[in-house]
Amino acid sequence: MNATAAAQLLHDSDEAGPREHYLNARYGVRSWLLTTDHKRIALLYLASITAMFFAGGAFAVLMRLNLLTPDGELVSAETYNKLFTMHGLIMIFFFLIPSIPAVLGNFLVPMMIGARDVAFPRLNLLSWYIFITGATLALISAITGGVDTGWTFYTPFSTTYSNTHVMPMAIGVFITGFSSILTGLNFIVTMHTMRAPGLTWFRMPLFLWSLYATSVIFVLGTPVLAISLLALAAERLFHVGIFDPRLGGDPLLFQHLFWFYSHPAVYVMILPGMGVISEIVPCFARKRIFGYGFVAFSSVAIAVIGFLVWGHHMFVSGQSVYAGLIFSVLSYLVAIPSAIKVFNWTATLYKGTVSYHTPMLYALGFIGLFTIGGLTGLFLAALAVDVHLHDTYFVIAHFHYIMVGGMVMAYLGGIHYWWPKISGKLYPEGWAKLSALVVFLGFNLTFFPQFILGYLGMPRRYHAYPPEFQVLNVMSTAGASILGVGYLIPLVYLIWSIRYGPPAPPNPWNATGLEWQTPSPPPTENFEEVPMVTEEAYMYGDRAAPYV
Amino acid sequence: MSDGSALAHHFEDLEQQHDAATLGMWIFLVTEVMFFGGLFAGYTMYRATYPGAFAEGSRLCEVTLGALNTAVLITSSLTMALAVRAASLGRPRTTVWCLAGTMLLGVVFLAIKFLEYYHKYQERVVPGLNFTYAGPSARQVELFICFYFGLTGLHALHMIIGLVVVAVMMTLVWRRRVSPAHYTPIEVAGLYWHFVDIVWIFLFPLLYLVDLHR
Amino acid sequence: MTSQLLPLRVYVTVFAVLLALTGLTTFVARIDLGFFNVIVALTIAVAKALLVALFFMHLAHMKHRTQLVAGAGILWLLILIALTMSDVLSRGWFHPPAGL
Repeated sequence: MNATAAAQLLHDSDEAGPREHYLNARYGVRSWLLTTDHKRIALLYLASITAMFFAGGAFAVLMRLNLLTPDGELVSAETYNKLFTMHGLIMIFFFLIPSIPAVLGNFLVPMMIGARDVAFPRLNLLSWYIFITGATLALISAITGGVDTGWTFYTPFSTTYSNTHVMPMAIGVFITGFSSILTGLNFIVTMHTMRAPGLTWFRMPLFLWSLYATSVIFVLGTPVLAISLLALAAERLFHVGIFDPRLGGDPLLFQHLFWFYSHPAVYVMILPGMGVISEIVPCFARKRIFGYGFVAFSSVAIAVIGFLVWGHHMFVSGQSVYAGLIFSVLSYLVAIPSAIKVFNWTATLYKGTVSYHTPMLYALGFIGLFTIGGLTGLFLAALAVDVHLHDTYFVIAHFHYIMVGGMVMAYLGGIHYWWPKISGKLYPEGWAKLSALVVFLGFNLTFFPQFILGYLGMPRRYHAYPPEFQVLNVMSTAGASILGVGYLIPLVYLIWSIRYGPPAPPNPWNATGLEWQTPSPPPTENFEEVPMVTEEAYMYGDRAAPYV
Repeated sequence: MSDGSALAHHFEDLEQQHDAATLGMWIFLVTEVMFFGGLFAGYTMYRATYPGAFAEGSRLCEVTLGALNTAVLITSSLTMALAVRAASLGRPRTTVWCLAGTMLLGVVFLAIKFLEYYHKYQERVVPGLNFTYAGPSARQVELFICFYFGLTGLHALHMIIGLVVVAVMMTLVWRRRVSPAHYTPIEVAGLYWHFVDIVWIFLFPLLYLVDLHR
Repeated sequence: MTSQLLPLRVYVTVFAVLLALTGLTTFVARIDLGFFNVIVALTIAVAKALLVALFFMHLAHMKHRTQLVAGAGILWLLILIALTMSDVLSRGWFHPPAGL
């Protein structure tokens, strides 16, 4: 069953023939740049973050090429500092943090609750322009020479001693933060005030719960990053400041303020991915999700407890060991709701009718790789172990397993899952499966050796390393090249499918959820009439298999 | 003015729109709490570490002007609350007068604040510009003054934005775009203004009254 | 739209109390209460803030959801300050044995 059957379905439905939808309702650059349609704004974000993803990836390529040889002489040490800084900043602030919320969230939140748009459509467009402004400043900083402080901007190096382009970068990140804040605000208000009749909180798709939790983090955490970057900029600009030891200032104050946001930010960089998995797994296992309530509350728990653990980034920075103890215990606590979710997804798969469409391949990869990433976080949460593993490649492998093996795979899975709805076209399943496999293999080859390297003591942020580490580094670089190919293939076929892909029916996966009740692509107003919701989420029990 | 023009197309009715607008503003105010909060956290850290220097620095702040400004801002909160009340009762002229009073008091506040800044400049205690304080804890006193300027400066910036918002509200009321059925913009502007007042309520004792008895 | 607005006298009374508390906090600051000075000052500030929030901002009459949002903001600020201070205040507690 495939494109032919899908076309048949389309033909049989009312939606065959030329029809107005959100993509063709209005033409011209102005209709896109001045749109307030959440779906178009989602696509504006899609284009922007895809560009930033490949920019951040380019820096990674250069890093991995430099690390092919122990003397690391492809680039100078100073240049290498700039490479890992730019890679981190771009990937975190300009790709991962917006990714699922700004693309899939913007597109789907109103549709999943049966609304015509988000609560504040013009604010939504402003969010995108703020993002573009911040990203432009960041790219200007990159082009004019970059930053070498690490994405963490630690003081007093960033405020006093670094002579790279810290200011435009810090201000660029500061500005982009407001994009997140406004998106989070919009989502929270939308979900509270605009749900369709009958859609109670516990009938909502879990994707919305995870975005709600993400939005709470955006709203409570991002402002603290903003003030810490503002203070950093003030210190750098006016040579005054509150982090300067010469004034009696404490560099650790910066770290407290920075990590108060940046730790919850990592939950921003996984919760939406978990939400996507909660949509994909029931659909392709043809089964209600196991433990809906547990998954919903776990999302909120991760967001809340995630605000209480930031000090685990500072175990060896000079933080009091007693504070370290508190943060360590709380870090073990925050792992529990994540584990609960993994158990629930697994239980959903058990005795389900599993089909291996591309979204499901990414979801299955997520579950395994996120588990590895999450468990290795527990190693790092132990004070005594962290003393040895801090600032080594073990940490790098840990967070890449979560952010890339987890979040990016979830993002790709979600893009594929909702692609028919977003574009009105079907992507080529064969190529999609192939690239999912290439991504999985490339990813593991890139990052598993890094666990070993870290354990053996190779420090991060160094352009060179002892010769005995070369084999593992070469493996990692080889993996990175495969991973890069795995990311390029979807770029090609997804764009190809927009023009040449077979038209998609309204519900190619025969999935539950209000977004699948609309044509593909949906009309600008989403729903002709406000839908009434009468059943619980994920009622897959009686449904036939996916059509496509 | 009919209800239709006030209702945005994506909302079902004015009540939903009002709900969304007020919830949105409260959430925005929470982000502002966290924004100022970072500076409050830093202040707390350093006051605990350098209590003597913070007391010394606080002596450089003019209590009379600070107390006067507190009274000015509280009064402006009253006029703002009365503006919202007048708007809800359908009294546009009263609303405009109350908003004008709020603006006037806001301007007075800023004038007094900038007078204080000017005094600091004259006394040569502006960090990064002409800080020439002498004494064993001079560096930590400078740290305190950094917080003084940072906190009150950020607050003043929010005041200026508040003045612009109030001015816009005045034109809205003047053009009869506000009614008892739809005075949400005034209400939401009021929330913002009161928040700025609350920040100052904390800044006054934390900056001006540290160990005043010494 | 429900008008949750209050009688005029409520606003004026709250205003008067706010001015009185401002005078009180300034006056008390000149008396040496040692450690209690900062506690009194903060208590008065919190009281003033609550008056503005509950009556001028009508928080007392708003939906529970709104009250929860406001409360969450304050709670998160306290989390930031408390956990940061847990580091600052406990740094002197640990002295490594000689030789380490």
